[in-house]
Amino acid sequence: MTIFILTLDQVEEGHGPMLGGKAVSLAAMHKNGIPVPPAICITVEAYLDYVASTGLRDQIVLDLYRKPFEEMRWEEIWDTSLRIRNAFLRTLVPADLREVLLKEFELQFRGRPVSVRSSAPGEDSSKTSFAGLHESFVNIRGPEAILEHVRLVWASLWSDRALLYRQEIGLDVKKSAMAVIVQEMILGERSGIVFGKSPTDNALSVIEAVYGLNQGLVDGTIEPDRWHLDRQTGKVVSHFAAVRDQAMRPAENGIRLEALPPDLRDQPPLVETELSEVYSLCMRSEAIFHSPQDMEWTYRGRDLHTLQSRPITTDLQQNEDDQRPWYLSLHRSFENLKNLRAKIETELIPAMEKEAQALALIDLKSLSNVALADEIDRRRQIHQRWLDIYKRDCIPFAHGMRLFGQVYNDRVQPDDPFEFVGLLSETGMMSTRRNEMLQELADMIKHDATLSECLKNAHLENCDGVFAEKFNALVSRFGDIAWGESRFIHDAKDLLTLLMEMGGSSSDVKGQGKKGLETLQEDFLSMFDDDQRSMALDILDIGRASYRLRDDDNIYLGKIEGQVLAAVEEGRSRLAKQPQAGVEDTDRDHLSDALQGEGTITSQGKASSDAGQGKPHFVAARQIVGQPAGPGLATGKARVISQHSDLFQFKRGDILVCDAIDPGMTFVIPLASAVVERRGGMLIHGAIIAREYGLPCVTGVTDATRWIKTGDILTVDGYLGMVIIGESNLSHKT
Amino acid sequence: MIALENHKADLISFLGSQPLAVLATHNKGQPYGSLVAFAATQDLDYLIFSTTRSTRKFANLSADPRAAMVIDNRSNHPSDLRFARAVTATGRAEEIPKDASGHLLKTYLNKHPHLEDFVASPSCALIRIRIDVYYLVTRFQNVVEIHLT
Repeated sequence: MTIFILTLDQVEEGHGPMLGGKAVSLAAMHKNGIPVPPAICITVEAYLDYVASTGLRDQIVLDLYRKPFEEMRWEEIWDTSLRIRNAFLRTLVPADLREVLLKEFELQFRGRPVSVRSSAPGEDSSKTSFAGLHESFVNIRGPEAILEHVRLVWASLWSDRALLYRQEIGLDVKKSAMAVIVQEMILGERSGIVFGKSPTDNALSVIEAVYGLNQGLVDGTIEPDRWHLDRQTGKVVSHFAAVRDQAMRPAENGIRLEALPPDLRDQPPLVETELSEVYSLCMRSEAIFHSPQDMEWTYRGRDLHTLQSRPITTDLQQNEDDQRPWYLSLHRSFENLKNLRAKIETELIPAMEKEAQALALIDLKSLSNVALADEIDRRRQIHQRWLDIYKRDCIPFAHGMRLFGQVYNDRVQPDDPFEFVGLLSETGMMSTRRNEMLQELADMIKHDATLSECLKNAHLENCDGVFAEKFNALVSRFGDIAWGESRFIHDAKDLLTLLMEMGGSSSDVKGQGKKGLETLQEDFLSMFDDDQRSMALDILDIGRASYRLRDDDNIYLGKIEGQVLAAVEEGRSRLAKQPQAGVEDTDRDHLSDALQGEGTITSQGKASSDAGQGKPHFVAARQIVGQPAGPGLATGKARVISQHSDLFQFKRGDILVCDAIDPGMTFVIPLASAVVERRGGMLIHGAIIAREYGLPCVTGVTDATRWIKTGDILTVDGYLGMVIIGESNLSHKT
Repeated sequence: MIALENHKADLISFLGSQPLAVLATHNKGQPYGSLVAFAATQDLDYLIFSTTRSTRKFANLSADPRAAMVIDNRSNHPSDLRFARAVTATGRAEEIPKDASGHLLKTYLNKHPHLEDFVASPSCALIRIRIDVYYLVTRFQNVVEIHLT
């Protein structure tokens, strides 16, 4: 008979493959008299039964391997993980298994709160540390709620973090499985961790402690008091006192950050006798497992409880090129996101705008060659500094969307795992406002034949005063926005050409109607009890700010880059007057040298296209799979954007194909019938703006701009995430 | 050989055991083969599969609905010549309108639950082939025909 559940008394040493290391060590401590909370272990058999009988396993295969991992960006991995998580949320446990589990939850815990923890086989046996790859939940009450969280722990076998480290942990759809520990919740008043041996000094042990539950410590929200102890004697060597003002406390079905009462702020969470007790506990555990331990503990009243014990593992060998630790650091707590938002909105964006304005005031023409060279360098440094700030503060804030998305999916359990994106949009993004201004001008051309005729022949100023005024307003507000090596407006003529093209169209922001948005929001909020609704609104608010700023901060950054380019252009035009060839293409990184007469001017030769050896065959892509990023189906001519001028040749109905959409490019979106992007992800620019305009969108199309040529007939299937190149008999028989 | 009266039941179970089939279509006489996830109805009248509408197989069938399908259990070893079985089915394909797909869709998704999202996509078509004849091949050269019409 298949064993789905074991109690701690039933667990044996050899049960690792069935229960994971975490469960086996809990049982070992329990048998050796170390007090651990009553717990039951759900074996990997339950997981396997669930994914096999529901078809989930095949669904995971389909989703996980739609593209080779090495071609996926972190954002695509996150999206994949979200889709899989949603599939777990929506797939009920089969009746037989459900009955077994619910009965046991009721029998063991009655109505008492529990924590539901992951225990993945292989996770703790490896020599390196992978803590936090999988999810755990605390303060869950009632059999149904427990079962739902068991499914979430199962789903976290495929978390974005686990997928990033799939090779190290040996993640494999055919073999991998997840065990779960359901443990009675100890409502601890003071909690923390203990390291039997300090990772930095072999002679020391380390204890960290906070008031409340230790989730605040583990996720980094609350700074702990820290003690170093002599590893041999347990004597306190040093104490670092934290600023104590918050504690994580149990709340309705979860936890909540609360202010710490004033009388506790001056007292360390542990007194000396308790430090000894925690130290002794750790040494007892070390004796059982024959290696220094990394433990979590909590005090309820005077009683010390052990929550977890695992061998101390060395940190991952940090390879400088390994971006994964940075990706992992992008997961931010709600508190952290709130602080980041305030910083970006009140500090960074105004400062970026001020910086760009100050730079714009400098008269480049009046500078000597040497001074201009210095100015180019200075601007480049300023831009680099803002890029660093952008990476440090703005990119992590994009996690606000993800946090909201996860909360939304947990509560609403929608068919479409990205339904939440609809709630984020239409909050007044800058690029949408710019596009509205463009559309307004285009409409003027459309409805005024005299104006339209005049613009074809005469100078703008001589045609229509109101039009010219609006046109200049647009240019002054957005004209300095840069994309790569070019600026939004290089030449007013380009923009006029585009406006004439737009004048023929009347595409509006489609998105979803206002009513749809309101209904969506009401439906979301109705999933929460009255006392939780303000928290839900807060998270929605953070999600929206994250979505909006993602676009806006890029645009402000683009303004600063625009000022770098303005200086570079001035330099180029001066060099062009000197009788040297190749100046036009001078690399902007070498320009200031050239201006100062140093170095050589290197001409950036055009990338040579694969010089065929005259072989008589050719290779062409017919259908390329990417990520479905905006639902819909469209056929049209490809317009591959590889340089500035491509944008202004955009024709209505073209399909925008590019490497990565940049806010500086999105003004052609109202003309496009679909969007195809090499860079992947659901929450990236191209996808966001395509959704805003209701356009089919496929992202993550590997080598999109190499396989697809301007003029190719494309069919973009935004439902399934595919691009079909060449004529296809697309008939809509539905 | 399998007794005469057992062939139909045997065929139903065999078709149920194989997830994928080779579909044959043609474009102006040029044959074209594709691998598809298929299911059979209990009465054996239809073989069902799904495809996006932008594929060559869909275009080919739109121009000429005549189709063949091969279902087999080969393991790609020489011994297959004696141990593998293959069934070739011939008939005419038609798209099943989404609103009328009812039990055929259910039959299909029962066998391929993981394709639910794929089939639900507006760009995907559910196709049934009305089968005229099944050709059952065992031990390389034993051939039995089941005529449905």
